[in-house]
Formats: sequence, structure tokens, C-alpha cells
Amino acid sequence: MSRNAKKSNHEAYVRMYQQMVRIRAFEDNANKLYLAAKMPGLTHMYSGQEAVAVGICEALKSTDKITSTHRGHGHCVAKGADFKEMFCELLGKEEGYCRGKGGSMHIADQENGNLGANAIVGGSAGIATGAALSAKHLGKDDVTVCFFGDGALGQGLLYEVMNMAALWNLPVIYACENNLYGEYTKVEEMAAGELTGRAKAFGIETFVVNGQDVLAVNKLSEELVERARKGEGPFFIQLDTYRYHGHHVGDINREYYRPKDEEELWKTERDPITNFGAWLLKEKVLSQQELDQIHDEVSQDAKDAVAYAEAAKYPDISEVDMHVYKQNPVGGAA
Amino acid sequence: MREITLSKAVNEAIAEEMRRDPAIFLMGEDVAEAGTPFKVLSGLVEEFGPNRILDTPISEPGFMGMAVGAAMTGSRPIVDLMFGDFIFLVMDQLCNQAAKTHYMSGGKLSVPLVLRTNLGATRRSAAQHSQSLHALVAHIPGLRVAMPSSAYEAKGLMKTAIRDENPVVIFEDKLMYNDKAPVPDEEYLIPFGEANILREGRDITLIGTSSMVQVCEQAAEILAEQGIEAEVIDPRTIVPLDEDTLINSVKKTSRAIVVDEGHQSFGITGEIASRLNEKAFYHLDAPVQRLGAMDVPVPFSPALEDITVPTPERVVEQALKAIKGELFHGA
Repeated sequence: MSRNAKKSNHEAYVRMYQQMVRIRAFEDNANKLYLAAKMPGLTHMYSGQEAVAVGICEALKSTDKITSTHRGHGHCVAKGADFKEMFCELLGKEEGYCRGKGGSMHIADQENGNLGANAIVGGSAGIATGAALSAKHLGKDDVTVCFFGDGALGQGLLYEVMNMAALWNLPVIYACENNLYGEYTKVEEMAAGELTGRAKAFGIETFVVNGQDVLAVNKLSEELVERARKGEGPFFIQLDTYRYHGHHVGDINREYYRPKDEEELWKTERDPITNFGAWLLKEKVLSQQELDQIHDEVSQDAKDAVAYAEAAKYPDISEVDMHVYKQNPVGGAA
Repeated sequence: MREITLSKAVNEAIAEEMRRDPAIFLMGEDVAEAGTPFKVLSGLVEEFGPNRILDTPISEPGFMGMAVGAAMTGSRPIVDLMFGDFIFLVMDQLCNQAAKTHYMSGGKLSVPLVLRTNLGATRRSAAQHSQSLHALVAHIPGLRVAMPSSAYEAKGLMKTAIRDENPVVIFEDKLMYNDKAPVPDEEYLIPFGEANILREGRDITLIGTSSMVQVCEQAAEILAEQGIEAEVIDPRTIVPLDEDTLINSVKKTSRAIVVDEGHQSFGITGEIASRLNEKAFYHLDAPVQRLGAMDVPVPFSPALEDITVPTPERVVEQALKAIKGELFHGA
């Protein structure tokens, strides 16, 4: 799947559908692995938010950068990662993207421009803005997208770097995924005022988009990425969306902060995959048979990748103190 | 050989490296026209322009984080942190992000950045502008920590820091910016992890960092007048630490005092003393002693501040006790 090929609308539609299905399949399998106690640690599901990552990443080249969050599997898949290396990483295996050293919350995929998930809420805002500064400094036209949730709006770092991005017209897009809850607390209880008002205060152009509508997300992203590439950034997008699972996979009994009928409403009426699939059928982009085929293929891919990862070997224990420091080139620094 | 100030040495190191590598840029508060409050960077913006000598808002976590992202994507940033005390403000970006990125990514990403800042009390700047906080960062795997003790050291270590592929924190003593030392015109680098023996001796080893090297040298002079030969060693970098040179010296002298301006408890002096105890125990004739700053916030009043930091006289006093066998448990 060449992400840089000039795309027709048809190709782009099919790819976006596939990518959303891939994210859902990845998360369903990750959830199963966790519940079967085959996956160590903890993980945060992206299911429900697929249109955000896919709509945005479809607008990016592989040389463009993203920074991701603890809820980062979706960003990673959307930016071009493979299932095998991702599942290996989730299980702490040597063939994982980070040789098993990062795990679910730290997957990085440099070759596709993913500078890494970050387990500190809001922690990657500086990295994303710095990547944009770097592109400007090195004379590259790369654009960086900083993914973060509504919970990160409580972090001061974000405001410091948005200020500098605005002062210096940096090619960065702040993508605020408003999934309505920061961990176990409603956004209204944590963020005063308008969410976009924060960026507006710095003179940053802001946008609000339905994060369940992949076409709307993609259309806006294509425009903003091109404008950022021309030096018209930064931008701030509020993407209204919903996470289907709890804060993390162990967050099962959550009615005290989120009613079941609300979850049901989003799942049945606002599902980004179901709704986009129906649109593809209606517009005769794909037939039901073709849609089914996508699901079947993705499902098989995920199954194969899980089996591969389960059988894959753990890193040798000699790797434990490898990569603490990068080796300096011979004849260079000490 | 010409003599230049420590301030000038740092300036030269950065300018030479920036001429060599266009990927390098420097960012921080009042680094351009102002050249920092200590005027260390004066003249750089005139040569390299405002895009490479970048004045930032007063947002330490923000520009520290941006340096991490820039370093991950092909640039080689130097971050100027106006006072070492502000390191508390950048801890997440330095310790959770910069230090761990290479490891967490299984070696795929790297963060070649330099954080230059300062340490040192007795400037009457009180508790939030006088701390020596290098032990905090030395504790975090993934960071390198350099502590120049003269203009010569500052230039050579800075150049090495800039070329290193890892995040390096370099602490300059702000009271030494105007101290001159011989510095060659020709280019040189000082490798990390190679301690410098400034003075050889057979009776006791004095290990000092940063300006405490001068304190040790002065103590050695006083001891020499009494017929005691002290060996003075500057580790130059505490991460990596040249353990071998320190251990070999103590095996020869059988006594050691470690002098550092960080708080004495849980600090550099304890770490080095512990390693000497572990690896040279059977060669010791006295317990290895620690001399750090007092465990108090740095006071403003000169009458109080001056007694919080190690002095040559205190080093001499402790050295004599060690040599005379007067170090008793509970003493």
C-alpha cells in the first residue's frame, strides 16, 4: 500500500475504510489478548475514534511526522505500521517496533514518521512542536500532527508550545481528540470555557469537526496540511469523538462516570466504520461483497499477526542495558 | 599560550561547532542580542542570525520539549537554561522524554541535544538561583553529565557534548565565567569518561568536580606545606564516570575525600565514595569522606551562605584527620 502514490478518490475511500477496519481489528485482538492474560501491562483502546487517526493520516506523507498518546494504536496503524511488529511490541517480543522495550504506550515507528506514543498526558506537545521547528530549521516541508486528548488540555506545556508555534508560524497541527472523558472524568468537569478558545488566544486558527465522519476529517486535514506546508500554520482542530472502551482495558465497571445508554448511542448511531461503509455502498464505491472481503482479509491478517507474535521470541536478556545510550561514531565524540 | 575566560571558551566552542554543522541551533531565554545575563553568548546572533540563535519566551518546559522533538528529527539543538535551578521546570521533558526515547524506541530514535546550564552558590542569589543540581540528572539513565572545571575544560567538553549522539547536560559554575585559563588556538576535544589527574600525590586523593577542583588544588597546596602529598583528580564527567582512574589513585594513596557542591546527602559525593568503598576497600586506611554542600536551602545572607559550601580549609581539616587516624565512628 503506497501512501505517497497520487490517489484517486476511489483509492482514498477504500484505503480509509480498510485502515479504520484494521484499527478496529487490531484493538479487538489486543483486548482479547489482554483479557486472556496473554498481554502484560496495561493498554488503552482506540476503538470508536478510528475516523480521527485515519482521516488525518490519509492527508499526510510518510515523511510527515506525528506524535501519539497512550491511546496510540490507532495513530500507529493509520500512519502505516504493520500488525506483526505492533503485536510483537505489545507482547514484549524482540521483533516489536521497539524490540519490546516500549510496549503499548511507547510504540514508535520512525520509518513512517511516527515519533512515538507517549505515556505522559500532553507529554508529546513539545516533541511535535520541536519536530515542526526542526523541519523549518532544516528547510524541509514536513508537517507534524500532534495528537492529544481533551485530558491534555489541563497541561501547561501545551500552552507554552502553542505560543511558540504561533510566534514562529510552525508547520504543526494540534489535533485535540475530544472523546468526552479524561480518564474517569467528564471533560466539562476539567476544562473551563471553549476548548478551541485556548488556541484562539494565541491567534491560532481553530476548527471543530465531527470526529466520527472520516470524510469530513480528511477534507479538513487535506486543506490544513497543505496550508501548513506553505507556512500558514499552526492550526488547532477539535475532533469530537468517543472511546468505546473504558480508560484502559481494565476499566470495566464504569457506569459511575459514563452511562451505558450513552455508549450504546455512539456505538449504534455514530460508528465511523458502519456509517462510512453505508456511504460507500450508497455511493456505489464498493459492493457489500467487497466490504465483506475487506473485513475478512483484515481479520485474517490480524489473526496471523497475533499467532506470529505469540510464537515470537522474547529479547535476549543481554538486551536489557542495550540502547540506554546511543553509540557515538568511531572517531567522533566519546 | 593565550588565556581566555570560561565564558569566552564556551562561546568559542559553540561558535566553532555551529560553523561546522548547520544542523546545530541554540535556543533559550535572552540568548540572542542579550547574549544571556552572563554574556556568555554575546556575538553569536550577529554571526549566525536569529534563526540559529533563537530567543524563546520564558517557557522552560516548552522549549526543552521542542528541543527533544527537534533532536529526534535531524536537528542538533543546544538548550540554554538560564539558571541550573530551573532544571526542576524541565524535568519531565528531560528525564521522561529526552533520556528515555532512545531506549524506549529500541534504538530507533535518538536525541542528540545539549542542555547547558549552571551551578554554584556564594553569589548572594538565594535559594532559587544558587543550587547545584547535577546529582538529579546524573541519577537518570540515558543522560550524560559534564562538569567543566576551567576555561580549557569548558571548551573541550562543550565541543564533545555537541557531537555526542545522546542528551548531555553540561553544568558551568556561574562564579567561574570570568576566570581565565590557558586555551590553545588549535581545535581540541576532551573525551567524556576520562578523568584528569591535576596533581600527583601518595598520601591522599582529593576528588573534586567543577569549581571544587580549585578548592581541592588549594587544599593540596596547604597540605604540601605540611609535607603531605595530595593527589587531585577531576572526573570531568560524572556520567560516564572514570571509575578506574579514581580507584587506582585510592589504591595508591589509601585515603580519599570527595568534594562536590551539590547537597551532601544522596548526592555525587556519596555515589563516588560508595564505589571506592566497594572496589578499593582493602586498600583503604580511612573511611572515604564526603564533602558536599550543607543540606539546607542556600541562604541569602553572606554570613550564612559562605559556610554552606566546601572550602579548602575544611578539606585540609578532614584530610589531616584521615591521615592521623582520627576518623572514628560517630565522630
